[in-house]
Amino acid sequence: MTMKQDLTLLVNGARYDISVEPRKTLADALRDDCGLTGTHLGCEHGVCGACTIIADGAPIRACLMFAVQAEGMALRTVEGLAKGNEWSPLQKAFVEHHGLQCGYCTPGFLMLATSALEENPDISDEELRDVLSSNLCRCTGYENIVKAVRAAALEMGASS
Amino acid sequence: MKPAAFVHHRPTTLEEAVRILAEVAPDDGRVIAGGQSLVPIMAYRMARPPHLVDINHVAGLDRLAVENGRLAIGARVRHMAFRDSAAPGATGALLSTLMRHIAHAPIRTRGTFCGSLAHSDPSSEWCLAAAALDAVLIAHSARGVREIAAADYFQGAMTTDLQPDEILVEARLPLLPDDTRIGFVEFSRRAGDYALASVLTTFRLVGGKIAEPRFAIGGAEAFPRRLAEIETMLTGAAPDADLWREAAERAAAIIDPLEDAATPGDYRRDLVRALTLRAFQQANA
Ligand SMILES: Cc1cc2nc3c(=O)[nH]c(=O)nc-3n(C[C@H](O)[C@H](O)[C@H](O)COP(=O)(O)OP(=O)(O)OC[C@H]3O[C@@H](n4cnc5c(N)ncnc54)[C@H](O)[C@@H]3O)c2cc1C
Ligand code: FES
Ligand code: FES
Repeated sequence: MTMKQDLTLLVNGARYDISVEPRKTLADALRDDCGLTGTHLGCEHGVCGACTIIADGAPIRACLMFAVQAEGMALRTVEGLAKGNEWSPLQKAFVEHHGLQCGYCTPGFLMLATSALEENPDISDEELRDVLSSNLCRCTGYENIVKAVRAAALEMGASS
Repeated sequence: MKPAAFVHHRPTTLEEAVRILAEVAPDDGRVIAGGQSLVPIMAYRMARPPHLVDINHVAGLDRLAVENGRLAIGARVRHMAFRDSAAPGATGALLSTLMRHIAHAPIRTRGTFCGSLAHSDPSSEWCLAAAALDAVLIAHSARGVREIAAADYFQGAMTTDLQPDEILVEARLPLLPDDTRIGFVEFSRRAGDYALASVLTTFRLVGGKIAEPRFAIGGAEAFPRRLAEIETMLTGAAPDADLWREAAERAAAIIDPLEDAATPGDYRRDLVRALTLRAFQQANA
């Protein structure tokens, strides 16, 4: 029943050959089996968004998918945002605008906002707030997160 | 918490999927589509299905197409597919309006239209659409195929006519005429959360009078349904403030509201009254 299954996950362009029980969520497999602990778990039932990653270009809750279901998908986690030692514009903006305090929710917000900005760099304030309402932060009060994403959008627009 | 152990089945044809489901359904084996309702329930250990039949690789279920004047929505069509009016005309506009009220982007990219109907939460927006538009649901099992009318499908909160060995393969919706007016309003405590009550109405104006009205409520009762009494009241009437007020009063009075510790039945009646008024104003604008 609880037999482990061999599978390959493709995360941030690298292959991870792992062996997991089918009941293991993608979030747990990323953390425990791939050693990618940047993806955080808060509620483990889809509500908080701490586990948000990008799968085949779209944001998903990594706690609501089993690792065995993610085979063949191109996965992106927070570890893939920086280029070497160079943070992404969004990561820099989070630091500059105090978009984080304890940082627990931050990987989820970064992946959520990254997918939103990649899809629409000219996202309106209203749409942005709607997108960000997906995730919970217990520290910042959200205003600084909105400011950080806004600033990153400007910077990304300016550099393209 | 972590889900209990299960065997993961990954069929690639419908035939294979219904055959496996027939074998495992007697032991509470279940279908998994988007997993956006099932995985949370498994994480809470409110469900411990020993087998999951994963339909995400079943060929042919990703169809979203107009056929014989109806919109066919396959079991792998995600909520997100309706974002940019992927479907034509008034039905497409209605579905994309509703989609914006279902959870958030990372859930919409996985959750499916048919999964929502199978799960049948009382406040599901897709269930409301299915009830309001008289969807026809196509269920396959190893025993055969059958069509279920929406009016027979919903039976209680999270209870439907779908049998444990059946896969809901497709939902079919009528294409509303282009000049259909649409009003949809829901109330939820937090953005993206399940609604405490919702109202969906559609009608046409022919010579200044209401024609072909549909009026359905969701979230307020155990399952969404059309309210025939309100529709009768609207048919042939002039769309004015008095009519809306009267219809809103009547709707609030005739529902059988869900009650829980945080939400008394009278509060849901108040919501239905207010939402009905707003839905009519929106449709009439
Ligand atoms: C934070 C959060 C907020 C949400 N907010 C809303 C909301 O506001 N409104 C709303 O409507 N929903 C909401 N949802 C639920 C979401 O819409 C789900 O996607 C939907 O309820 C179920 O669809 P699914 O494809 O994910 O089904 P699954 O989770 O895979 O399955 C749900 C149930 O249906 C069965 N099932 C699924 N597909 C089929 C099929 N084709 N044939 C037979 N049985 C099937 C499964 O066996 C299971 O019992 C929310 C979810 C989360 C996590
Ligand atoms: S841990 Fe996945 S949404 Fe909270
Ligand atoms: S920074 Fe602490 S939860 Fe968001």
